[in-house]
Amino acid sequence: MKQGNFTITENIALTSDVMRMRLSGDVSDITAPGQFINLKLDGLFLRRPISVYDLDPTGVSIIYKIVGKGTAALAKMKKGETLDVLTGLGNGYDLSKSGSDVCLLGGGVGVPPLYLLCKRLLAQGKRVSVVLGFNKKDEVFCEDAFRALGADVTVTTVDGSYGKKGFVTDALPEHYDYFYTCGPEPMLKAVYRSTKTSGQFSFEERMGCGFGACMGCTCKTVTGYKRICKDGPVLEKEEILWAD
Amino acid sequence: MGRLSVDLCGITLDNPVIPASGTFGFGYEFAELYDINCLGTFSLKGTTKNARFGNATPRIAECTSGMINAVGLQNPGVDAVIAEELPKLKQCFHKKVMANVSGFSVEEYAEVCAKLDKQTQVGWLEVNVSCPNVHGGGMSFGVQPDAAASVVKAVKAVTTKPVIVKLSPNVTDITEIAKAVEAAGADGVSLINTLLGMRIDLKTKRPVIANTMGGFSGPAVFPVAVRMVYQVAHAVKIPVVGMGGVSSAEDVIELMLAGATAVEIGTMNLIDPFACKKIIEALPAVMDQYKIDNLSDIIKGVR
Repeated sequence: MKQGNFTITENIALTSDVMRMRLSGDVSDITAPGQFINLKLDGLFLRRPISVYDLDPTGVSIIYKIVGKGTAALAKMKKGETLDVLTGLGNGYDLSKSGSDVCLLGGGVGVPPLYLLCKRLLAQGKRVSVVLGFNKKDEVFCEDAFRALGADVTVTTVDGSYGKKGFVTDALPEHYDYFYTCGPEPMLKAVYRSTKTSGQFSFEERMGCGFGACMGCTCKTVTGYKRICKDGPVLEKEEILWAD
Repeated sequence: MGRLSVDLCGITLDNPVIPASGTFGFGYEFAELYDINCLGTFSLKGTTKNARFGNATPRIAECTSGMINAVGLQNPGVDAVIAEELPKLKQCFHKKVMANVSGFSVEEYAEVCAKLDKQTQVGWLEVNVSCPNVHGGGMSFGVQPDAAASVVKAVKAVTTKPVIVKLSPNVTDITEIAKAVEAAGADGVSLINTLLGMRIDLKTKRPVIANTMGGFSGPAVFPVAVRMVYQVAHAVKIPVVGMGGVSSAEDVIELMLAGATAVEIGTMNLIDPFACKKIIEALPAVMDQYKIDNLSDIIKGVR
C-alpha cells in the first residue's frame, strides 16, 4: 500500500450516472487487476474505495456510478484537481488459477475491474469470453472497450432493450474452464449456482479503513474469517459462505 | 528522557502517542508502512477469552467528522494472541505494548489478564469495561461503579503489571466510575471510549449498522473527550490516558493540558494510516510555537 497525491487527468461521463476518471500518480503498488484504491474527498470523513479499471505506467483509471455523496462529489471534480489516494489495496484476481479458456462475468458497476483482468489474460494468450449484464440499453458501458481488446463480448439487459434479454447467467458461453466475476450480490449468487467450474468472485462491503486495520468488513469463509478489504475483495468459489 | 517523553505508570514512553485499540490491529498492517517503533506504544486489538467473529456487517457508518463502528470485538482469542500475534509483533515492534482486554464476566477478565500479564512484551493491561458493541458484556461493567470496581479487584489480584481501565463516556458522571476503579486499585484510566450512536438510511429506512447502534468516534467527539479528561484528571490521582477524536499535534497538547499523561489516537489511523507518525513528527514544532520545553511539564496544565 502507498499513499500519494494524484492529479485528475480525465473525468468524463460514460452514461447518465456512470463516470470514468483517470488519476495520474505513483501506481507502483498496484500489482493485480481486481485491486482497489481508496480516495479521500474534501468534507467527507471516510475514504471511498473504488476498483481499478485500467492501469498505465503513470496513472490509474476508475469507473464509478453516482450513488451517494462521495461519488457525487467525485463526479464534480475537474481535470487538474488533486486527490489523496491509497493505492495497492486488496488481493486482486489471481491469474495463475485460470485455464486457457476463460469467462468473465460482470454486472453493472461490477464490470470495471474485469477490464484490466481481460487485458492481462489476453496478453497471456488466453481465450476470453466476456458477458456484461445491465438493466437496460442506456445503462450499457464498456462494451466497446472490451471488444477493442479482442475479447468475445456478449451484452445482456434485463429488459431486453439491448443485446440478449436476461441476466449474465443466461448468456454463459458453452465452453470455458475458469471464470472471474464481479457484480451485485444477487448476481454473484446466481453465478455461483450456474457455473460448473472453479472461479473467483469480487465482493463489496462498507469499509472503515480499506487496509485491514479496523475489521469493519469481515466475512465468514470456509477458510476462516476474511477482511474483504485486505484478504479480499476476491474470494475463490470454494471458500465462499453466503451470509443467508 | 527526551522532550517528548512521559512516564506512564512507571514505564517511560519516548512520546505520548499511542494508537488506540481496534484501529491498529496487531500492528503489522502499519509496520508495512513505517517503522512503528516511533510510537510511544500501541494498544492491541481488544482480546477476549474465546475467539470472536464479532457482529454482522455493515459494521461501519459515516458521520460528519466521524464514524460509527460496531465491529463487536472480533479477535482470535487470548491463547491465539499469545501463540501467534505476539511472536509476529516481536519482529517489528521492540517496545512494551499495551494489551487490551474485554470480557463477559469478572472471571473472564481476570483469566485473560492473568495470561497476558505473563508476557514480557506486554507493558500495561488496558481493561476495557466500556465496549458499546457487545450485548451483555463490556459496557455493562463500565456503567456501574460497583461492577467496574469488581472487575478491577479481580484483575489486580492475579496480575503484576499496571492496570489501566478504559472508561465509557456513556454514563451520567464519568468521575464516579473513575473514582471507583481508582479505589479498587487501578493504576490508571483511559478515556473516552466511543459514544453510543446511530444512523438511519433514508432509502431503506433501516439502521445503517447491522447491529442498529454502534460507537461514534472521530474529530467530532474531541470536545467531549477534552471535557471528560479534564473532569477525571481533577477527580483522581492516577494517570489518565486521554483519547477521543485526536487528529493533530495540537489536539495531543490540548488533551495533555486537560490532564492526559499520554494520548491515544484511534479513528484517524483509519483515514490516514500515517496519522500517528505525522503527529509525532509535528509535535516538536508545535511545542516550540507554544513555548513548551517538555511535554511532561504540561500535564494537567490547564489554568
